[in-house]
Amino acid sequence: MLVSVRIKRFDPDVDRKPHWETYTAEVEPTDRVLDALNEIKWHQDGTLTFRRSCGHGICGSDAMMINGRNRLACKVLIRDVGAKISVEPLRGFAVIKDLVVDMEQFFAKYRSILPYLINDNPPPEKERLQSPQERARFDDTTKCILCAACTTSCPSFWADKEYVGPAAIVQAHRFIFDSRDEGAGQRLSILAERHGVWPCHTIFNCTDACPRGIEVTRAIQEVKDAIVTGRV
Amino acid sequence: MLHTYDAVIVGAGGAGLMAALEASKSAKVAVLTKLYPTRSHTGTAQGGIGAALGNVEEDHWEWHVFDTIKGGDYLCDQDAVEIMCREAVEVVYDLEHMGLPFNRTPDGKIDQRPFGGHTREFGKGPVSRACYAADRTGHMILQTLYQQCVKQGVHFFNEYHVLDLLINQGHVCGVVAYEIATGELHTFHAKAVFFATGGSGRMFKITSNAHALTGDGMAVAYRRGVPMEDMEFFQFHPTGIYKMGILLTEGARGEGGILINGKGERFMERYAPTMKDLAPRDMISRYIYLEIREGRGINGKDYVYLDLRHLGRDVLNKKLPDITDFVQTYLGIDPATEPIPIQPTAHYAMGGIPTNYDAEVVIDKKNTVLPGFYAAGEVACVSIHGANRLGTNSLVDIVVFGRRGGRKMADYVKRTDLVPLPPDPEDYVQEQIARLLASHGGDNVANLREKMQVEMMDKCGVFRTAEHLRNVQQTLADLQDHYRQVTLMDKGKTFNTELLEAIELGNLLDLAEATVAAALAREESRGAHYREDFPKRDDANWLKHSLAYKTDSGIRLAYKPVTITKYQPQERKY
Repeated sequence: MLVSVRIKRFDPDVDRKPHWETYTAEVEPTDRVLDALNEIKWHQDGTLTFRRSCGHGICGSDAMMINGRNRLACKVLIRDVGAKISVEPLRGFAVIKDLVVDMEQFFAKYRSILPYLINDNPPPEKERLQSPQERARFDDTTKCILCAACTTSCPSFWADKEYVGPAAIVQAHRFIFDSRDEGAGQRLSILAERHGVWPCHTIFNCTDACPRGIEVTRAIQEVKDAIVTGRV
Repeated sequence: MLHTYDAVIVGAGGAGLMAALEASKSAKVAVLTKLYPTRSHTGTAQGGIGAALGNVEEDHWEWHVFDTIKGGDYLCDQDAVEIMCREAVEVVYDLEHMGLPFNRTPDGKIDQRPFGGHTREFGKGPVSRACYAADRTGHMILQTLYQQCVKQGVHFFNEYHVLDLLINQGHVCGVVAYEIATGELHTFHAKAVFFATGGSGRMFKITSNAHALTGDGMAVAYRRGVPMEDMEFFQFHPTGIYKMGILLTEGARGEGGILINGKGERFMERYAPTMKDLAPRDMISRYIYLEIREGRGINGKDYVYLDLRHLGRDVLNKKLPDITDFVQTYLGIDPATEPIPIQPTAHYAMGGIPTNYDAEVVIDKKNTVLPGFYAAGEVACVSIHGANRLGTNSLVDIVVFGRRGGRKMADYVKRTDLVPLPPDPEDYVQEQIARLLASHGGDNVANLREKMQVEMMDKCGVFRTAEHLRNVQQTLADLQDHYRQVTLMDKGKTFNTELLEAIELGNLLDLAEATVAAALAREESRGAHYREDFPKRDDANWLKHSLAYKTDSGIRLAYKPVTITKYQPQERKY
């Protein structure tokens, strides 16, 4: 089928501001939007620039706004978005070129919540024991691929660029509720600060945007509850 | 721009990160990756990491050794396999201590499940050896190792594409990298370089591999005189999503999934009566094609079904959630109610940069070390996978040999001084880029790549003959001529991914040529290399590793012996 793909373009070497260009591509309904972008890049306009790697929703490279919603281009099919497709970069990050945005601030916020297991006790010879129920407690947030679809769909983040954002809170949740971790107190005090969890107004855009189906808003709420009650 | 480090690690998947964690304890280390670390292909590994913990049933690392060697059709270096399977146990515990969220048994231990080719008591039946985190074990390994790197303050250069390896006075002394965001070249001067850049599956049309897997590290080393070992052995995973190649883990069959043909038969019972659907990948991929050739594909077409319906929704949701999601997303199928169309998909390079079991690169039949150069993971060939890798062993490989190499390298840089850089270290890369940007020949990168991928899939895939291989050899030579004429539309310096795709195609073409040359020379069938004109394994003549050297007069092939300790080759039956 023929699809029309309207893409927000920006090349800092040439353009003063972004502009839209529209391409027509021949694709199958079962193709990914990424396939349409590749078709355009490979056969029509080699200057079109975007990140991509695994092509099936695991590496997190190709998050972008597709028809107004943050999606992974490799995880949304043409038949699900129709013959008129609009693509633009994630909102709220500086654009490097076309659909490529600067991820450095995003990863700096990720690092700020101490995203690693904290447990200074010497480990046992074999594994630390953890019951299936304890393991299930934080399963949902282990799925995060750091694609930034959630953070850049959040109106609170758009309004306050200092806000740590949903992705960093999801990563904090993954450790706060892990029975093997002893750093919950440190992380909760970081997230209790002004730019921690409180800018979240439970808008649910993040949950809607997550390509991994993580209940992001629920995870944020659980972290808020832990801060308020002092219990995890 | 010039940077100086003790050691430079190229690639930030499991092997690179593991090496970084070890080496940066004592040395000044930079990690360069053309992606962001968490985008690396380790993250797509699904089913599990093999280690004989014995948490679910009796198991011993010695059984794992035997399975790996037999699975590799006796081309594995057995001393290295022994090290890998023994250290797999402690390294899995280390990963758990780092925080890796494995699934758990009811008594809180790491849960394990069966996987292809992994057996109890030297082949008597399947054993639960794969330690897993749902069907995202690789994702959890990558995340966990990256988390530890953040904790340890490892220094990353993200989106730096390495284009050349610097060698001077017989020592490796650095790399030249292209900063993707700016187009600037950077020379990294170091006492040692560690390649962990992954595989080259994008030389085939249907592949489970990421777009990024273009054999960069292999090709860069190959052009600098390092041979490629055992390139004729490329694994096709039996269960890729039909037409797309997206991986559906062997863990699905570990949990009880079966393969069925167009007549509704569980055909693997005929070919492998003991292991059935858990026979090694090379065999299952061949038998799928045989069924299709004999008209027993689904509706006579070129695919068969992976049937998971009887597993039930609970197992799918708890143990195989990601592949359930893939099948729903890409095929619109619910695996609890419908069988899944699958076909073999190009998955894993057994071959690569030759190394010893300390990840030191060795460059000839005497295993002479090239000082200052290390490699681990899919880019390397130790060889622990021989002619066919067992499922889960890629993850074992990256953590065991990433760590061993990282330690060895840290020790080496303590004892060594910097070797001076060669004169004008960036000249070669500058010339390569300038040529690509200036060319006006009119050839299109995507068209050339597509042609290579289709030809390699058809003629150098699961089945091979001398005639087909000669044919694809000629095609590749033609494509190399056209490659010199490719024209790029993007001439800019900022994030020029068109230029990078062109460079990556050059890498793939060089490696495809090495693959075909080694496959044409090897007149036997062993593991993943199946020659229809030589259908038997020939230990008398071919129990040896190939080494392909790139020379001015073409590819030169040499051979080196296989290290055999305990297990003499026997007929491979499952």
